[in-house]
Amino acid sequence: MDLSSISPILLIASIMISATPILLAAIGEMVVERAGVLNLGVEGMMITGAVVGFAVAINTGQPALGFAAAALAAALLSLSFGFLTQVLLSNQVATGLGLTLVGLGLSSLIGKPYEGMKTPTLPKLDLGPLSDLPVLGRMLFSHDIMVYLSLVLVAAVWAFLKYTRAGLILRAVGESHDAAHALGYKVVRVRMAAIFFGGACAGLGGAYLSLVRVPQWTEGMTAGAGWIALAIVVFASWRAERVLIGAYLFGGVTVLQLNLQAAGAAVPVALLSASPYLMTILVLVAISARGTHGAPASLGQPFHAIQ
Amino acid sequence: MLRRTLLATAAAAAMATTAFGAEHAEKTKVGFIYVGPIGDGGWTYEHNKGRLAVEEEFGDAVETVYQESVPEGADAERAITQMALSGADLIFTTSFGYMDPTIAVAEKFPDVKFEHATGYKRADNVSTYSARFYEGRAIQGHIAGKMTETNKIGYIASFPIPEVIRGINSAYLHAKKVNPDVEFSIVWAYTWFDPAKEADAARALIENGADVILQHTDSTAPQAAAQEAGGIITFGQASDMSEFAPLPRVSSIIDDWAPYYIARTRAVMDGTWESTDTWDGIGPGMVGIGEISDAVPEDVKAEALAMKDAIASGEYHPFTGPINKQDGSVWLAEGEVADDGTLLGMDFYVEGLTGEIPN
Repeated sequence: MDLSSISPILLIASIMISATPILLAAIGEMVVERAGVLNLGVEGMMITGAVVGFAVAINTGQPALGFAAAALAAALLSLSFGFLTQVLLSNQVATGLGLTLVGLGLSSLIGKPYEGMKTPTLPKLDLGPLSDLPVLGRMLFSHDIMVYLSLVLVAAVWAFLKYTRAGLILRAVGESHDAAHALGYKVVRVRMAAIFFGGACAGLGGAYLSLVRVPQWTEGMTAGAGWIALAIVVFASWRAERVLIGAYLFGGVTVLQLNLQAAGAAVPVALLSASPYLMTILVLVAISARGTHGAPASLGQPFHAIQ
Repeated sequence: MLRRTLLATAAAAAMATTAFGAEHAEKTKVGFIYVGPIGDGGWTYEHNKGRLAVEEEFGDAVETVYQESVPEGADAERAITQMALSGADLIFTTSFGYMDPTIAVAEKFPDVKFEHATGYKRADNVSTYSARFYEGRAIQGHIAGKMTETNKIGYIASFPIPEVIRGINSAYLHAKKVNPDVEFSIVWAYTWFDPAKEADAARALIENGADVILQHTDSTAPQAAAQEAGGIITFGQASDMSEFAPLPRVSSIIDDWAPYYIARTRAVMDGTWESTDTWDGIGPGMVGIGEISDAVPEDVKAEALAMKDAIASGEYHPFTGPINKQDGSVWLAEGEVADDGTLLGMDFYVEGLTGEIPN
């Protein structure tokens, strides 16, 4: 077995790129779930972001505008979910699945004219002396801005939930909406804001797929990335820092197994592909054996204020 | 009886495309089950072109329905059953993984005709059809072997099934013939369609030194990844993918299902349909070779076209001995030509390929 053709520098660089879309989607979904809402429509919002981002980037020539539009479009789509589940009190699981279907259908409709087109992609960020560092420069400091933005976002979400009053309110709403309501917090409003944020993040993740990672528009191109993001949130037991670990693990295993194959290593492909999912199950078993599972107590429950 | 009608109505309503089958009993209804979205730009895109050709040929006399992105496996059986319930007279199931579901549904609907692509199980109302893609792979291998500078050719494979293995062997044999130093890196993606993963696979191969990428997955993502990396050549798969010409895409294998779909639909209409086994190649036109771009040197292009003609006329078979299996045992003696049975069930690499076929 000759693994010398795998360059660890390029490998880690690839892992960072490969993990970014699911990291963005997962951190958004985590905030939504911490507010007590289960939105299974991540896949639909991601692909909407992918197509809108792609279309806007092509029409304006500005990938940055593409990302902004993607976030906005997916967030608006998620508001329809918010309206249905928070105002009309529809079932969250069914509505979320519906959102995925809507997103997939809508995206292929919007995307038809853009098939086979090429988009301007994000330039690699030049971090001056950092990018010129011998090994680390290529590995960590020569990515596009979205990679760093996703990391900053994770840190920001972590700090927001841990240190700010607004973060505390959001968590209170997720743990016990009745208690939060009794204290005078606007449960529905907080949840709508969380859903909007989650949609925007999923949209960014989708746009990263179509604008940077692939980069092109193909119908159904998210191919399950949204579901992986949902799995990561559970894997992470609803903690921002663990979402980061989870996303890099998922991205890492995918890229690593492809690289191992390309280098001719005899690895059981099927086992490697399944390993992140196996690990999620193990984590869940470990969590439940310990007794506390970290899930927000009001997750997925409808809230109806009684006057 | 009432429940049956109800089921049929529900199934028709659930179909992604509009179905007016019940009122237009005189129309021949042709259904298609697709493994990916039509917009994949590759495999499913070409099957859908075949469907449109059927519509154009017969106009109002036919009605076509299709369902996209049907997963291979148990769910396929549900999708095919729904299509049969909705009154389809002829159903094309267009991926290898639909083989057992197709046979299972066909047993329940003896009056409906089924056509399964790339499989080997037949029944009185189930035909199989496939194209000899390996003929196109031979030409790709030749161009790849001539053009590689790193002598490393990357191959994105989907699933370890005979069709894919045939393609790898054929490409390798012909690359090796013109370039004894050539090496193949094969990545099994375990998917027909996942643009992100296909792009990652292409990137992994390129980072490992490959400068030619062959793909047996359905989307154009590897083309885009190769284009971004620069200095890489690729081949269109299933569809021309000419939007990536002249570089990285230097040629392509094009599946042309239209004549077959038209012929089979006509057979159903005039009642002459029989269960058959069709396996056509470049000669009858089921496999097309996309235009070889100017990035390929003139002499290589001429050789490739000569090989295409020789294969089309039957003068040359891509699997002509001497060929040994990977373990060194003799498969084909000097001048011997592979029989279709072995090719259809091919589960071994030829000599020189490294790695094992996963199972």
